[in-house]
Amino acid sequence: MQWFLANLPQVLALSGSHLVQAVVPLALSVVIAVPLAQLARLNKGLGAFILSAGSLLYTVPSLALFVILPGILGTKILDFANIIVALTIYAVALLVRSTLDALNSVDDGVRQSATAMGFRPLQRFLAVDLPLSVPVLFSGLRVISVSNISLVTVGALLGIPSLGFFFTDGLQRNFPTEIVVGIVGTLVLALLMDLVLVLLQRLLTPWLRTATPAPTAPTATPTTAAQPGVAA
Amino acid sequence: MSLPATTYTATGPFAEGWQWLTDPANWQGPMGIPVRITEHLGYSALTLLISVAIAVPIGLYVGHTGRGRVVVVSLAGLLRALPTLGIMTLFALMATSTLSLMPAIWSLVLLAVPPILTGTYAGISAVDPQIVDAARSMGMTGRQVLFRVEVPNGLAVILGGFRSAVLQVVATVAVVAFISLGGLGRFIIDGLAVQDYGQVLGGAVVIACVAIALDGVLALLQRLAVSPGLKEPAGTPEPAARTRIHP
Repeated sequence: MQWFLANLPQVLALSGSHLVQAVVPLALSVVIAVPLAQLARLNKGLGAFILSAGSLLYTVPSLALFVILPGILGTKILDFANIIVALTIYAVALLVRSTLDALNSVDDGVRQSATAMGFRPLQRFLAVDLPLSVPVLFSGLRVISVSNISLVTVGALLGIPSLGFFFTDGLQRNFPTEIVVGIVGTLVLALLMDLVLVLLQRLLTPWLRTATPAPTAPTATPTTAAQPGVAA
Repeated sequence: MSLPATTYTATGPFAEGWQWLTDPANWQGPMGIPVRITEHLGYSALTLLISVAIAVPIGLYVGHTGRGRVVVVSLAGLLRALPTLGIMTLFALMATSTLSLMPAIWSLVLLAVPPILTGTYAGISAVDPQIVDAARSMGMTGRQVLFRVEVPNGLAVILGGFRSAVLQVVATVAVVAFISLGGLGRFIIDGLAVQDYGQVLGGAVVIACVAIALDGVLALLQRLAVSPGLKEPAGTPEPAARTRIHP
């Protein structure tokens, strides 16, 4: 505790860069995965290709990807960009699948009524399909957020600043307190991110709060059930 | 302590990586690529053996009886949020000998237990209750229901959880090189230390190939092991199957 207070500025600075490396991929993955999922829905062949490419990239271990990317991107090995791109790749691979499930779970009747009311395809996608997919989309995002927070620490092995620095430094200095501070800090960040995502989801889905019974109706799709234990 | 350095005639990261990979000196001796692959798979196998021994019985019990559901789900969620690198370094410091293997293995077990546990539990509890009732009314005992009905029916999901555990463990074993153990991570850690980018990249490519090959084998096994009577159980949740929490 004493060590934590004495080193508070460093803890905060490292938490800051940790958050940047975890949040940016999360945001980027939404921007990339949603259009890809819609493309995959419209074109089955392309969809199969996108999904299998995603699961192949997903299989590449992060430490390997962190060091391969500088070779491809021409970045330095210490750049944040490597971590951000790597985590974005994992996040997109995961999110395309759950977004696809989410879009497929939208009731066809709703879609047809929107068309009948005169919505054009893009308009309908943005105003009807996408909002209705938010619960499933967010359950995917929450899984990714926890995993990102944890994966960012691995960058410390390459010398990229994050709370993972306390692990490598603590080991070299034979100082367990420092490692514990790093672990607790990581858990706190994961919890905070999860809270933010839950709040954001509530803001984006006001209709779910007013619906009196069955508040979990849209979240009861297979995708959500497929991610048990995310709530921690 | 490390391989004889490859003398690069090529320039550029990928040309160097290729040269490192094709240098015969790197494919032999006690620190060559085959030995490191064996170490890597050995650590992974030991971890998975312990994890299965812990997680499968608990998952079967919880799935079969429905008792302790909440505890299992929240415990698994908590374990997922733990950074394995931190746990590994902490265990390594707390261990008596700095070079022992078990601290790293235990931290990897913490990583592998949640997917196996939730997979087993979800697989068992997703079995159609009517099938279970039918088995009971035929006079099967609890044990018979579990092993002859619930396990075969839930096998696809159970193996999905196992496959995801394998993926995460094989990826994370690359990190144990940092606490002075072997495995394929050695090439990355050693290469970084001496700024030998060819070795770093070559090692990374080997890790990626091993992970992809192993995942492919498991996908095939999963397909073969599941009873043909259960063709594509549409809508069956694949619990946490492909969530990457750790390297």
